Parts: sequence; structure tokens; C-alpha cells
Amino acid sequence: MSEPLRYTYPVNGDDFMSAGGVSAVVKKTLRELGFDKDIIRRTAIAMYEGEINMVIHANGGVVDVEIYPDRIEVALKDTGPGIADVELAMSDGYSTAPDNVRSLGFGAGMGLPNIKKYSDEMRIETQVGVGTTVYLTIYTKPKA
Amino acid sequence: MIMKISKVAQLLNAQVICGEELLDNEVETACGADMMSDVLAFVKDRALLLTGLVNPQVVRTAEMMDIRCIAFVRGKQPNDMIIELAKELSIVLLTTEERLYAACGILYSAGLNPDGGIRS
Ligand SMILES: Nc1ncnc2c1ncn2[C@@H]1O[C@H](COP(=O)(O)OP(=O)(O)OP(=O)(O)O)[C@@H](O)[C@H]1O
Ligand SMILES: [Mg+2]
Repeated sequence: MSEPLRYTYPVNGDDFMSAGGVSAVVKKTLRELGFDKDIIRRTAIAMYEGEINMVIHANGGVVDVEIYPDRIEVALKDTGPGIADVELAMSDGYSTAPDNVRSLGFGAGMGLPNIKKYSDEMRIETQVGVGTTVYLTIYTKPKA
Repeated sequence: MIMKISKVAQLLNAQVICGEELLDNEVETACGADMMSDVLAFVKDRALLLTGLVNPQVVRTAEMMDIRCIAFVRGKQPNDMIIELAKELSIVLLTTEERLYAACGILYSAGLNPDGGIRS
């Protein structure tokens, strides 16, 4: 029936220290909208992993959030290097992160698996040299 | 077992960096890690995070997971930016001279369960 609530946020690719700010704002919004704690936490963690990936692998991008009556949809879009082998990238522990990223606490190769774990649906569209979009959906009502 | 944050601080002989007024809050379980995605894979209510990593993403990670207390090990001191973020989010910051392994061991021996709930 009605239009979804839509939010768009830029993610700054040069600023690791403030990465996660978008996920924090969305988490707050979801709390204000009265969503269940578990749904908020799953959405926040999945988004945060995607947001960090945009910063450490793809020099930032844009996050779109749409809130429908029965679900939350998030698209994390970047124009970074793309992912050559998505299946490999999705496997536990696979990471191309350099040592300086590891020393910041990232690069365990667990981010994409975590997004899959915490979302109900996840899809990656990517092209090498063009960019990557990670789509995730979280259902907010028990399925009929 | 449920443990007050004040008790965690006492067991680890930790200094309270911020969140003095929140020490009566309780934790049920703990997670020790230096890789944030390892932490993000572990979701439990009322968890404590022990880590040797000190940057704002540690606080962001805790925020996403609803973690109410972070204990930095090996005497690490967060900078003002990290402390301000933690204050804003009502997250208690502790720092202990213990190493990660020892700090986890102390809390484990005192009955804090890795999986939450009660360990007999
Ligand atoms: N947005 C992206 N653009 C380009 N490559 C990406 C992107 N996201 C992930 N990748 C690639 O997929 C790999 C796996 O990603 P994943 O998030 O699982 O692990 P990580 O980011 O390396 O480490 P962690 O997430 O545990 O900190 C990355 O190392 C990188 O090679
Ligand atoms: Mg990642």
C-alpha cells in the first residue's frame, strides 16, 4: 500500500576512524521506529560489516535503506575494485586485507559470512573494475 | 552466572576509564578477540568484550552488538575520541594490565560463562 521509508547515506572512504557512523545512525532510527531488539541488532551488524568493507576495500560509497511494513532492505553500493570470485570471498576466513587493515582489527575474512548469517536474504552484484553492491533483507514480521 | 561490571573490574584489577555510574550493570558472558569480525560473529545478550585492540571501531563494534562494557588488556589506554564515543553510547571502558589470555582465564574461573547462562 504505502511507500517505504527511504534513507540514503554517503560513506566516506578516507576515514576509517569514523567508519560505522552510518550503521550507528540507522540503528538509532530503527530503535526510534520501535523495532524488536534482535532485528535491530542483526540489521546493525550486517550493515556495519558492509560499511566497513566499503571503507577498507572500496574507498566508500552510498548506503540505501528502505523500510517496508514487513522488511528492511539495505543496499551498500560502491565503485571500488569489485570482487573477482564471489564464492571465494564469501567463504569463512578469506581476506585480501593488507597488514595495516589487520592491525586495525579487520581482515579476518568473516565480514561477508557475518552478513549472510545475520540477514534473511543476501545478494552481491559485482563487476571487477566497476564496483560492488551488497543487498540484504531482514524480515521484521514472522512469515505467514 | 551474572556478574556486575564492578566485580569484573575488581577481578581484573582494572581502572575504570569511563562509565563509573554504570558499574552496577551486569554481564552474563564475555568474548575475547582482537579481530572485530570475530567479535561480530558472537552475539549474546549482556556480553563483555575483552580486547587488545584500541581504536574507535572497537566501540562501534560494541555498539552494534549491544555490548555494555569493554575491557582493554595489557594496560592499553584509549584516546579522548574513543572515550567520548563510549560516553555518548553509555559503554563502560576498563583497562587492565592483564594479558588477553589471563584476563579471560580470570573471568572464566570466576564463573563467567562463555555461552551465557549458568556454568556449574
Ligand atoms: N565492497 C567490496 N569491494 C571489493 N572487495 C570486497 C568488498 N567486500 C569484500 N571484498 C573482498 O572480499 C573479501 C572478504 O570480505 P570479508 O568482509 O568477508 O572479509 P574482510 O573484510 O577481508 O575481513 P573482515 O570482514 O573479517 O574484517 C575481502 O578481503 C575483499 O577481498
Ligand atoms: Mg569485511
